[in-house]
Amino acid sequence: MTTETRSIPTLSADDLETPPLSLSELAWRRFRRHKLAVFGTVVLVLLFLYSFGGSIFASEEYANYNDTSQHLSSPSLRHPFGTDTIGRDVLARTIYGGQISLLIGLTAVIVETGLGILVGALAGYYGGVVDNILMRITEAMLNIPEIFLLIVMAKFFSGKIPDIAVFGRTFSGSVVLIVLIIGGTAWMYLARIVRAEFLSLKENDFVLAARATGTSNMRIIFLHILPNSIAPIVVTATLGVANAILSEAYISFLGLGVQAPTATWGNMLDGANNYLDTAPWLWFFPGLLILLTVLSINFLGDGMRDALDPRSRTV
Amino acid sequence: MSRYIIRRFLQGIPLLFIISIMLFVLMMNMGDPISTMGGRSMVRPEDRARLTRQLGLDKPIYIQYFYWLVGNDWTKVDLNGDGVPETAGTRHGILRGDFGTSLVNRGVPVLQVIWERLPNTLLLMLASEVVVVLGAMLVGIYSALRQYSVWDHIITALLFIGYSMPIFFIALLSMYIFAVLFKRWGLPYLPTVGMFDPQVGKTTGQVMLHMILPVLSMSIVSFASYSRYIRSTMLEVMGQDYIRTAKSKGLPRPDIIFVHALKNASLPIVTVVGLDLPFLLGGAVVTERIFAWPGTGRLFLDHVTRGDLPVVMGILMLIAVAVVVFQIITDVTYAWLDPRIRYEA
Repeated sequence: MTTETRSIPTLSADDLETPPLSLSELAWRRFRRHKLAVFGTVVLVLLFLYSFGGSIFASEEYANYNDTSQHLSSPSLRHPFGTDTIGRDVLARTIYGGQISLLIGLTAVIVETGLGILVGALAGYYGGVVDNILMRITEAMLNIPEIFLLIVMAKFFSGKIPDIAVFGRTFSGSVVLIVLIIGGTAWMYLARIVRAEFLSLKENDFVLAARATGTSNMRIIFLHILPNSIAPIVVTATLGVANAILSEAYISFLGLGVQAPTATWGNMLDGANNYLDTAPWLWFFPGLLILLTVLSINFLGDGMRDALDPRSRTV
Repeated sequence: MSRYIIRRFLQGIPLLFIISIMLFVLMMNMGDPISTMGGRSMVRPEDRARLTRQLGLDKPIYIQYFYWLVGNDWTKVDLNGDGVPETAGTRHGILRGDFGTSLVNRGVPVLQVIWERLPNTLLLMLASEVVVVLGAMLVGIYSALRQYSVWDHIITALLFIGYSMPIFFIALLSMYIFAVLFKRWGLPYLPTVGMFDPQVGKTTGQVMLHMILPVLSMSIVSFASYSRYIRSTMLEVMGQDYIRTAKSKGLPRPDIIFVHALKNASLPIVTVVGLDLPFLLGGAVVTERIFAWPGTGRLFLDHVTRGDLPVVMGILMLIAVAVVVFQIITDVTYAWLDPRIRYEA
């Protein structure tokens, strides 16, 4: 009889219970269920591979090499995306332009997030006069449409930074400038979100406890409260990358952004509307790449919002 | 309520001051307005110095701001360059409604310069706002009523694409399809640039024909976000008790949707539209540039590159004032439409 019961597999209570999912595992599960977000992530990875892996096949000299006898030639085997007005290969330029555009998007968001967190945290934590002054400035900047601010700022700082050389490559100094300008005109929404988070979080008991043990204000702000408001910051920052890439494109399209010979998806479009019917490949490929990037980042951000915020369960 | 409105207006005043100071400082590196003035180049250095004094550009920035704000007709300015102020100033300052005169179009008052362009921009923007609101209502309600259906998913995906679409890309693409390709295929094609065909003249039909493509490209982005918004408010309202009551007492479905649900679901849209409207004044810089539409957005772009501070400041301040005023109007309208909301005085 004992042998019979032994042959039946039994499971102890410990074996039956799967270990509880951690918060990040839960978030990952929710994210995976969001089909569009997964699609966006895949496309984004491909776009990064295209821009950064593409430099193996085409050198930057080639991207900036102009052969005026070949100018405005339509897509062919030699130039799959055609050539531009002074005979540069559009395919190679979308590769190097993509590097700059994506880097601008990412670094501008770092600037934006840094500024937004700083302003929002100080305003929300200290309240009173600090809050009043910082929020009035935030409001003032929100009152002017972003594109106007970008143009005015781009004019204000124009022509002040010389070219810079990193990793043996020369970048137009305007790249750094554009990053700062985009970051400097986009932090306001994030500041408001962080402020709202801080206003509610600072009333919690753990803040009181930290204060009672004599923790410094800076430690409370950055080590105690900030980690608790990371989810909305991550989502806003992700969507901010899409916005920054768009801002770069708009401002470069208007000719006030990154200057040649450094290519970006935005400045490849500058003046392309003069060749609307004769050379549609000039604007089609960079435009399509911008659209794909922005679209997949928006999908990704939407998925992250659903994954990180358990309250927003609606699609 | 009136106390609330007055308080909001009083709060708006310091805000406008902060905006004006911020913008004025940012204007200080706009380039040399004198070099491009009136289309002529100033060769003689003494002419240049005289003009600099005349325009008050030799003064430190805080004096320039002060004159811009309150004018200089109560004091004397030094015009002949001997260091002694002798001529009475003529500017009244923005606080007394004098926005100054344009530096590019010499001597033309800023308000007149803006006024010439403003109707064109408003025409374009109001048309696209109407298209957006009406279209978004239809699409939003449809996808809310058929939540998670195949069409809902398709619409959602399309709206995401629309929302991510850079304006210049949709503009160039639509120009290419509807003007270039249609022309090539021998179909009736749409005009791409300007407001009217100079050979035909500025007739209503011409302007409307030229409006189609700019309105289309401007509408796409806001259309997507409005539709999503209406879809979510509609979903929320459809789950309310009074909708269940309406259903259970046997009201016809269209009545429930368009009378009971839509009335309440469209309330939040008032806020979105109200906050969007003032930004219409500025126009769409990129769209107006691509379609060569003579509106305020292009005016801004043209004058910003030539350092015309009075015009640029004028446009930006008009937008800022409009934003502040519309925020208050929106809040008041919303409280009036939705009796659940009452503002404390």
